[in-house]
Amino acid sequence: MEVLVASAVGILTATGLYLVLRLRTFPVIMGMSLLTYAVNVFLFASGRLTIGAPPILADDATLYTDPLPQALVLTAIVISFAMTAVVVMIALGAYLGTNDDHVDDPIVNDEEDAP
Amino acid sequence: MTHWIIAPIILPAMLAPFIVLAARYHIGIQRVFSLVGVMALIAIAAGLAWTASDGTIILYQLGDWAAPFGIVLVGDRLSTLMVLLTAVLALFVLLYVIGSGWDDRGWHFHALFQFQLMGIMGAFLTGDLFNLFVFFEVLLIASYGLMIHAGGNERLRAGVQYVLFNLLGSTLFLFALGAIYAETGTLNMADLALRAQLIGADATVGIRVASVLLLLVFAIKAAVVPLHFWLPSSYAEAPGPVAALFAIMTKVGAYAIIRVYTMIFPPQLEATTGLEEVWLMPVALVSLALGMIGILAAKSLDRLVAFAVIGSMGMVMVAIALMTPEGIAAALYYIVHSTLAGAALFLIVDLVKSSRQSLSLTAMSPVAGAPLTAGLFFAAAIAMAGLPPLSGFIGKLMILDASFDTALGVWVWVVVLTASLISVVGFARAGSIVFWKAESVPVVEDSEVFEPPHPLSYCAVGGLIALLTAFTFFGGHAQTYMIATSQQLFEPDAYIETVIGSHGKMSNPLGEEH
Repeated sequence: MEVLVASAVGILTATGLYLVLRLRTFPVIMGMSLLTYAVNVFLFASGRLTIGAPPILADDATLYTDPLPQALVLTAIVISFAMTAVVVMIALGAYLGTNDDHVDDPIVNDEEDAP
Repeated sequence: MTHWIIAPIILPAMLAPFIVLAARYHIGIQRVFSLVGVMALIAIAAGLAWTASDGTIILYQLGDWAAPFGIVLVGDRLSTLMVLLTAVLALFVLLYVIGSGWDDRGWHFHALFQFQLMGIMGAFLTGDLFNLFVFFEVLLIASYGLMIHAGGNERLRAGVQYVLFNLLGSTLFLFALGAIYAETGTLNMADLALRAQLIGADATVGIRVASVLLLLVFAIKAAVVPLHFWLPSSYAEAPGPVAALFAIMTKVGAYAIIRVYTMIFPPQLEATTGLEEVWLMPVALVSLALGMIGILAAKSLDRLVAFAVIGSMGMVMVAIALMTPEGIAAALYYIVHSTLAGAALFLIVDLVKSSRQSLSLTAMSPVAGAPLTAGLFFAAAIAMAGLPPLSGFIGKLMILDASFDTALGVWVWVVVLTASLISVVGFARAGSIVFWKAESVPVVEDSEVFEPPHPLSYCAVGGLIALLTAFTFFGGHAQTYMIATSQQLFEPDAYIETVIGSHGKMSNPLGEEH
């Protein structure tokens, strides 16, 4: 299971970074989403992997999993969802306004710019 | 247990929804509430700073849950100083906003402004790394709104870059937190400080990765080269007063570095040794050099000031990277100075922008209200470049003095002095093109006539310059206070004792066995 989780985090991070480096809004936002999935899985792993154990006190439980990473992940998911929504709206506004979906600065031609 | 320490977070948090819900269509009422709120914040912050100034550590346990399990807010000299600085800066920015009418050009300026203050205050006061992340997000969410306030295509495009870069930073922050939690099993700063000491010199891989990731995150916030790319466009395109408020946001990164790397990963900790002098110092010197060269190379006034901010952050980082009590004291002095100077410069850029065709550094007809604006610009430029008589010079002297007998002292002296010279040339060039050359441009008939800015705007900028002057006059007192602050930082035992040792629900204070 460690191999599965580790490779999941690795593959998600790698694809996410690749998409972020595409520098156009749609791939970049997709890449950001993949990165946040990667970090959520990683946060789960930071509390050690346990299968089928509850994070809260229960009468019939003999084994518990660490509850703190779950709380962290919950907060992180909420924040990253909201942030993705914000960036989609701003990117949409910028795209509709300039008819250009590049994320990086446009190259300014010095010759034309000079007075 | 005093409840005052949570007031800087609660007050804006209550005020902002009130402004949105009750005063939505009344800009006058919004202004009054916002101003009164900020003034109350200053009073509270001054009270907290006064309480902390004798070395007291103010602790607040939320819901009375004791430290490693519950959330705590901690106020020591450093955090109360930063809270006070934020509140004072907010007042002048708010005065400028009201004077120039920026708050009327879009929706919800004052509500976002209050949320922004809440995030910044929380980031300074929290005693827990995960809450630091949460408050970073709060201040960033508000800053996204403020950054694209009043719209426009250029601003939206710069906003996309700004949001995406900070989103990447937040993701990295979460990775760092996960790594730290996996290594130590806690995220409370005082508890972390205790546990990091237990990690032996041979078990270093995980904790080194975690500490470097954390340093990277804070370096992104502080716009240290090579992680500074988000800053020039976003600060140049943001509304002037918003950029002025953002002057404190780069300092949040510097604050976090000071806090974490004096308490949790102090320089004498074997597991993370060499982080400052091998990694932080060179990049700090490069950001200082690059910022100052950017001042010389900038083709418009707003970019120039953005690069000045990068340069001043480089200067702060150089002092932090020394990681000695003298170095941190110098860094704190320079943080206060450069926040005020940077904010003043951004407001002046906005003054120029409102009375000139464009901000590009070419000769154009004189700006409206030129003599006063030009005078303020030169005062702020002298402060930012670190020329005597203003406080930048004292701060720079403190940094040079602190680095005098360290291994990298020669490099610090060379880069700081050369960079200062370059920045003086850059500011002189920009100022003379914008304000002096204007006289030689022939007046074009029926060209656009600009109104001189509102007197309240001048009051705000003048107030910031006056504060800088006062900071120079009382430089001796300020220096004494900064030295006391950095000594407190390098002896974190009292802090840890207060946080871990205080009673609360579910507590098991130090030294008490069950």
